[in-house]
Amino acid sequence: MITVGIDMGAKNVKVVVLGDQGVICRALRPAGLDTDQTARQVMAAALEEARVGRGDVARIVATGTGREDAPDSDETMTDVSCAARGAHELCPEARTVIDIGAEEARAIRCDARGRVQDFAINEKCAAGTGAFTEAMARALEVPIEELGPLSLRSTQAIPMNAQCAVFAESEVVSMIHNNVPRADMARAVHDAIASRMTAMVRRVGLEPPVVLVGGLGRNTGFVESLKRGLTVETIVVPEWPELVGALGAALVARGGA
Amino acid sequence: MAEARPEFWRWQERRWRDDTVDPRAGGILSAGVDVGSVSSQAVVMVDGRLYAWSSRRTGGSSPDSAREAMAWALEGSDLRVEDLHFVVGTGYGRVNVPFAHKTITEIHCHARGANFMYGSKVRTILDMGGQDCKAIRCDERGKVVAFQMNDKCAAGTGRGMEVFADLLQVPIDQVGPMSLEVDEEPPPVSSTCVVFAKSEAAGLLRRGWPKERVLAAYCGAMAQRVFALLSRVGVEREFAITGGIAKNPGVVKRIERALGFEAVTGAVDSQIAGALGGALFGHALEQKGRGQR
Repeated sequence: MITVGIDMGAKNVKVVVLGDQGVICRALRPAGLDTDQTARQVMAAALEEARVGRGDVARIVATGTGREDAPDSDETMTDVSCAARGAHELCPEARTVIDIGAEEARAIRCDARGRVQDFAINEKCAAGTGAFTEAMARALEVPIEELGPLSLRSTQAIPMNAQCAVFAESEVVSMIHNNVPRADMARAVHDAIASRMTAMVRRVGLEPPVVLVGGLGRNTGFVESLKRGLTVETIVVPEWPELVGALGAALVARGGA
Repeated sequence: MAEARPEFWRWQERRWRDDTVDPRAGGILSAGVDVGSVSSQAVVMVDGRLYAWSSRRTGGSSPDSAREAMAWALEGSDLRVEDLHFVVGTGYGRVNVPFAHKTITEIHCHARGANFMYGSKVRTILDMGGQDCKAIRCDERGKVVAFQMNDKCAAGTGRGMEVFADLLQVPIDQVGPMSLEVDEEPPPVSSTCVVFAKSEAAGLLRRGWPKERVLAAYCGAMAQRVFALLSRVGVEREFAITGGIAKNPGVVKRIERALGFEAVTGAVDSQIAGALGGALFGHALEQKGRGQR
């Protein structure tokens, strides 16, 4: 059976095509101005790459912020369920799943079968989400993908007073004026997000192992900050962290959610 | 080097002096300096009468911002900082006013200043500053009875409005008037977070909304948020607004609509309320000190 999961994120649209032997293909594209059109394009491209026709797909499940607008889906499922389902597939021992995307962050506690026990969400405030790292990378004039490696070169922890991304931007600018090393500022940015996430994880209860999914999983500096924040030695980051939600959706489509 | 871009957020720095007041006549010379996160004000009073004030953008260092605001207020007068009998520092950077004799929180100073500016009937003050927003209840002498504040989030602050002025490329002092040029009030911007509200506004512009309508939606959202803060402290009339946002009719009118009555207005610049309160405290403290000496 072939199923498809489509994740309509705030920033990117992600698609996973799942066959009996596992993932056949994955695709990701910036959502852009016309999310609906982007979604159709990503879907078509993914099916073409997987060499399957629309008629061969048994079921499509949509997730993500814009899931109600997903074209051509049979069912929608929440981000929380899909992140947990996808993370459980990749790491069956996972008990705490942390999902940080462009505009939302979630802490999820699961049982041994990957079922959601409790969760906390921030979808109101950019602090603690990918949007925060983007704003700070702009202020630091560092490409977003270099923010993580840069922070790993930090030699000291410095506090960030502002929680709000807008205020933090001003704070970073004044730190630049005061010649604070950029590596230390980058670390301060990641520590700030990690501290917000740690508070969310505490609300649902921390139970290792911890799996980190979503785009922020790619940020090596943030992973280190989160380890310190949660005081855990390891955090599992899947190979395609930003596609775990779409994978979860495809698994839900296959049934046995 | 990037080419110079117009800075739409940049508001006018101002100063004022009343030359009918003689600072050398032997009266008490008191002053208040309000070092905020975005702007700094200095107010000088002669025997409890307003003599001179300045309002400037806060720079990288609080002590320098305090010194510059005071120097600019006194420039052209015969007074020097050393002549002042009692200086009160207030605002976010109040502990960094090098020439202050005492520091007092901006909540107390704003209430005291508003009492002077708008009269003793004022019972509720909304101070909308650069990086915070406070709803203050006070008595007939300007003494604080209760307050609520937001200083953690840019939503509902002047900084948030500056971000929007830049996004829409509308000079900050035109944001309010432009937002009132709509035939029908649009639904307020739904995102609380300024970062997300920016994306939302960009989406509205792409859908063909004119700037006026987008600004109306943002001013409406700000009014809604501030109204919630006011409701927590309880609004009793008269009601006054201080701080930079008091100059934005787009926000003020919408707050008034939500409250069902108007804010009182005064002849003095709304941004100097904190520093003015500081100068009034300074005057009272100097008077008291002399009585005891």
